[in-house]
Amino acid sequence: MQFWIIQTLNSFALGGLLFLLSAGFSLIFGLMRIANLTHGALFMLGAYVGVSVLKVVPNLWLAALASGAVIAVFGGLLERFILRRLAGNSLGQVLVTLGFAFIIADLCLIVWGGDPIPVQTPEFLRPPLIIGGVAFPAYRLAVILIAVLTAIGLYLLMERTRLGAMIRAGVDDMQMARAVGIPVSKLFTVVFCLGAALAGAGGVIGGPILSAYPGLDADMLPLALIVVILGGVGSLVGAFVGSVIIGFVYTFGTALMPDLSYVILFLPMIFVIAFRPRGLFGRLST
Amino acid sequence: MSRSGWAVLFALLVGLPWIAGDFYVNLTSQIFIAAIFAASLNLLVGYGGLTSLGHAAYLGLAAYASGWMYLKFGLSHWIIAPFALLFTTMVAGLFGLVALRASGLGFLMITLALSQVLWGLAYRWASVTNGDNGLSGLQRPMPFGINLERPAAFYFFALIILVIAIWLMSRFVASPFGAALRGARDQPRRMRALGHNVWLVRWITYVYAGFWGAVAGLLYVYYHKYIHPTSLSLTNSAEALLGVIAGGSGTLAGPIIGAAIVVILKNYASAYVERWNMLLGFVFVAIVIFMPDGLVPGLSRLRARWKGAKK
Repeated sequence: MQFWIIQTLNSFALGGLLFLLSAGFSLIFGLMRIANLTHGALFMLGAYVGVSVLKVVPNLWLAALASGAVIAVFGGLLERFILRRLAGNSLGQVLVTLGFAFIIADLCLIVWGGDPIPVQTPEFLRPPLIIGGVAFPAYRLAVILIAVLTAIGLYLLMERTRLGAMIRAGVDDMQMARAVGIPVSKLFTVVFCLGAALAGAGGVIGGPILSAYPGLDADMLPLALIVVILGGVGSLVGAFVGSVIIGFVYTFGTALMPDLSYVILFLPMIFVIAFRPRGLFGRLST
Repeated sequence: MSRSGWAVLFALLVGLPWIAGDFYVNLTSQIFIAAIFAASLNLLVGYGGLTSLGHAAYLGLAAYASGWMYLKFGLSHWIIAPFALLFTTMVAGLFGLVALRASGLGFLMITLALSQVLWGLAYRWASVTNGDNGLSGLQRPMPFGINLERPAAFYFFALIILVIAIWLMSRFVASPFGAALRGARDQPRRMRALGHNVWLVRWITYVYAGFWGAVAGLLYVYYHKYIHPTSLSLTNSAEALLGVIAGGSGTLAGPIIGAAIVVILKNYASAYVERWNMLLGFVFVAIVIFMPDGLVPGLSRLRARWKGAKK
């Protein structure tokens, strides 16, 4: 019983982290038609920046906010000064993000070294929460809560605000959006910053579970890709459902069949691609 | 290229082992392997308009299949090689079915995800792949009793396979099928209207590219006598793609020259600065921003302009 509860919580917690990562990826793809391959590297950079902030300010939540802000600025600069030059050449843009992913990964290696750096769980979340004689790991519950709140916040932003309406218009029909006077180029920067911030903050929040280590980017990027392929690009609901599915598949796969956990990732992806190539909730065909 | 140009190139390639030391002979062998690999990727990227970021899957799979069968059954390379090629090509057939549900960026993402899954598998499935330690204790084949341990012998072995590979790939591209492939790249709708099965054309090309990727993988594992999960990594796929783009996609010579540049850069970078990943990243960014067509089309444009000016 304990095993199943713990693994279920772990699944949701990993799903929550994947949502923080893939929501931004999916929005950026939906609006800008860029597969932002720096996203895994931004997650890792966020985790490392968080590690450095934690040395000065020993508060994980502040570190996550600070790291999110730093990564947002970085993402904004990348969009403004590099990707913008290549507007219309989406393949070129993807290759540039790939190049930056390598550069960021190597920079992290130079600055923070090759050893994994553990991130401390906040003091008050260390003891497990005991309900009805079953112990729940408190930090994972907190991660799930953060992910759900973020999802609700993003949903409200997209569905209830003017900015969200403009982004949705851009996703659905960019030319028409431009024609009715929506500043699509500004939206690009906003969305790219937002996606980068989510990835960066996600890296810090994931820190106590995953820690910060070289290769974190390469571990997270494929998971985010599979989530987005599964859920469909440009869809928040898709990113959410895809994250939960992959969180479960990956966690239970690792626990029950550690050798083949990566192969099991194939299955939902292939199933969706075969029967619904645009993803479960995708509005765009890629 | 003129006939005298080909003759000089031929003499240079054949004479190299007598002129240069072992280091350069080995480096050139690595270039040959990378060239086959990049040329196979170029079939997809250049002629098919399908940018794959997962081509290392086929190099790595063939290498692992060969190494595993060698260690597990102790069979001769004559028997192992066809099985490894067949197995890898069949996997390419399956992956092609999945990846070609999409084109453009969707194709790129799916190929990347598929190859990353194999990469993760190579790390974790330790009972077969030996995990992070990789498969070691392999040996080079001895075709017709020739010992390929000598750098010059391996050099000629790789050169012969490179020539065969490039010749067959150029025949493939020049054939009516190749024309249909380029048509599917430029005008998929019109090609459909003309009665071509665009999907099938792409799938066959995908499988063919996977086959040559597997050939490169066999040479790779013969050369290194060792195989590690990094051979399946995104970096490896990206290096090949960089070779294709830097040299000029959709040209025959481009990927060969591009692969040579990448191998030489990598060799010097890892010897002196140990910052290969960063250099790879910067070269990627620079190529895309400043030389999007690649070297070969860029140079032939320069040459055309020079000739035009002379008239």
